[in-house]
Amino acid sequence: MSISVKEASGITTDRSTPDYLDQLEAEAIYIMREVAGQFERPALLFSGGKDSITLVHLAQKAFAPGKIPFPLVHVDTGHNFIEAIEYRDELAEKIGAKLVVRYVEDTIKAKGLKEQTGKNASRNWLQTFTLLDTIEEFEFDACIGGARRDEEKARAKERIFSFRDEFGQWDPKRQRPELWNLFNGRIQKGENVRVFPISNWTELDVWAYLKREGIALPSIYFAHERELILRDGKLLNNTPVIAPDPEDQIVRRQVRFRTVGDMTCTAAVESHAATLDEVIAEIAISRISERGETRIDDQQTEAAMEDRKKGGYF
Amino acid sequence: MDLLRFITAGSVDDGKSTLIGRLLYDTKNILADQMEAIERASKTRNAGEIDLALLTDGLRSEREQGITIDVAYKYFQTPNRKFISIDAPGHIQYTRNMVTGASNADLAIILVDARHGVVEQTRRHSLIASMLGIPHVIMAINKMDLVGNSEDRFLEIAKNYTELAEKLNIKDLTIIPVSALNGDNIVDKSESMSWYTGETLLSVLETVNVLKDQNQEDGRFAVQYVIRPQTEELHDYRGYAGRVQSGTFKKGDLVKILPSEQESKIAKIEFGGNEIEEASVLQSVTILLEDDIDISRGDSIVSLNNSPIVSQDIEALVCWMDDRKTLKPGSKYVLQHGTARSRCSVRDIEYQIDINSYEKLDEVESLKLNDVARIILRTANPIAYDPYQKNRANGAAILIDETSNVTVGACMIE
Repeated sequence: MSISVKEASGITTDRSTPDYLDQLEAEAIYIMREVAGQFERPALLFSGGKDSITLVHLAQKAFAPGKIPFPLVHVDTGHNFIEAIEYRDELAEKIGAKLVVRYVEDTIKAKGLKEQTGKNASRNWLQTFTLLDTIEEFEFDACIGGARRDEEKARAKERIFSFRDEFGQWDPKRQRPELWNLFNGRIQKGENVRVFPISNWTELDVWAYLKREGIALPSIYFAHERELILRDGKLLNNTPVIAPDPEDQIVRRQVRFRTVGDMTCTAAVESHAATLDEVIAEIAISRISERGETRIDDQQTEAAMEDRKKGGYF
Repeated sequence: MDLLRFITAGSVDDGKSTLIGRLLYDTKNILADQMEAIERASKTRNAGEIDLALLTDGLRSEREQGITIDVAYKYFQTPNRKFISIDAPGHIQYTRNMVTGASNADLAIILVDARHGVVEQTRRHSLIASMLGIPHVIMAINKMDLVGNSEDRFLEIAKNYTELAEKLNIKDLTIIPVSALNGDNIVDKSESMSWYTGETLLSVLETVNVLKDQNQEDGRFAVQYVIRPQTEELHDYRGYAGRVQSGTFKKGDLVKILPSEQESKIAKIEFGGNEIEEASVLQSVTILLEDDIDISRGDSIVSLNNSPIVSQDIEALVCWMDDRKTLKPGSKYVLQHGTARSRCSVRDIEYQIDINSYEKLDEVESLKLNDVARIILRTANPIAYDPYQKNRANGAAILIDETSNVTVGACMIE
């Protein structure tokens, strides 16, 4: 089953040794089942991006032949790619999962939140408010997310079961020790735990797994021609939700998206990779990290992610 | 290609972060933008060379103070293996972080500074590696360039360390002279130490056999969750979801349910809804039994003729991890072992272990943060365990504070 992975990375392995994808998969399934076993009202945060698509697949495997015993939840900034939203709705329908969607737009109106303005304005930070409201509305005690430790240096320090206080805040200095595979999900009412089953996966592991399992992805992950804004060397989708800047150039390029987040802070990469194999081959030789290449939100300060997490962000 | 998890431990300034940085750099696992970020940060902090240590220091206070305060994970690969590097802080009050990191490690790299040799912290790190049952230890004698790459100095430290290791439970020890700063004997053989004919650090990491470290004999399976779809076509389906902790399970195997002691036979093993022949150690599967018996989360399915110990009285080594409260005889906690949780009370602190001198201290009244001791626990419900040094997965437990819910102790059941 794992032959394709080896072709992609040019590696061949002795059959008697366990395959790392099997090891990572078994660990992630174990974590999913711990969530189902330890919590009363868990949820899986699902955006239609490749990492959360992987989570849904793992959850299906974990609870087969039963259905996934928790809802899929999406915090929609209103600035998402239409392809990802369509994929989200189709997948939830196909697997018979309950899908909860809450809109940042509604939170902005209800709470009179102030949106960022100007160049590189993004609703990314405001997602936190909607997420915390959604957690409160449904009394979710655990939220499963697709964050990986290889993505970003604050994430590299976070636990798999990451305790959040009643304000959703992460305190890096007071994290619970996490020993062996004994995950401590005990909490008081109002507190919750963010759970990251693919913490130990790398970007390449996710791609290799998607390929091995034959999982379909939204089309924007593959090379296609599109009209884009060229800004500070990065290619952004040409959409009205991105505030224009006099320096912007509008261009047409053959691109794919390496991550699929909010359109305002997710850049495309020039590529001709039209299949999973070609995408994997490109990533394997890429000399730039995933977030470095495509995320505008992390590059503002050295501790951008750490600060967002302390405030309750994923 | 498989996965190796290793931990690095050393005192402050022994060069742990530099060593990891060097491993990543020399195996071409540092990407261009990460390198640029490090170059930028190196320039603003101190004039001079690129500081590879900045790769692993993730939190703002760590970068400001130039120390690692929390366990950090790094991922890299070579054509032969995938690696998860666990960086445990060397600072004294963070010993609990090393225990945390060590709990999942297959191998430990313990660093010493060649100028200082084996120091108090080396003894502590080695005891933790031994106590946590890490099967392989690499003693990396770093900064060899600062002692003129002297073979005599290497042999002297190696002798001291070997004597130390003999007092401990270290099954496989390799001693390597290195310079993380210059990259000597990390990935490439050192030209300055031609007298050293052993393997490089990476070569040991790539070839150490971790498959045989797993307990393949004792069939243990902790039930995490019961899958009951209750649909029309799957009306009577009851599958026990869990991960094989040790040993293997096959269709037709006779099993026993603990702690209830009921017996049954495996009707089927499934993975992702499909039947599989056999489930081996660390696989996450679903077991179906022939008999309709009452099993729930926290129960264990074990091989019929190979049973763990089932008891309410447990003796364990504990590493105390709470900085707010101490452990005292009479205190009550929640013990989490496998998927089972039980209230427990501390009957007695038998003795504390001085983690530097390895001496046993009697008549200890309480344990504070980072203390290691042998304690006696009484649990409210029977626990089905194996001794930790025989079976890491089924001999480990944590203590949870009943009111704050914080994980306060790491237990290795004896």
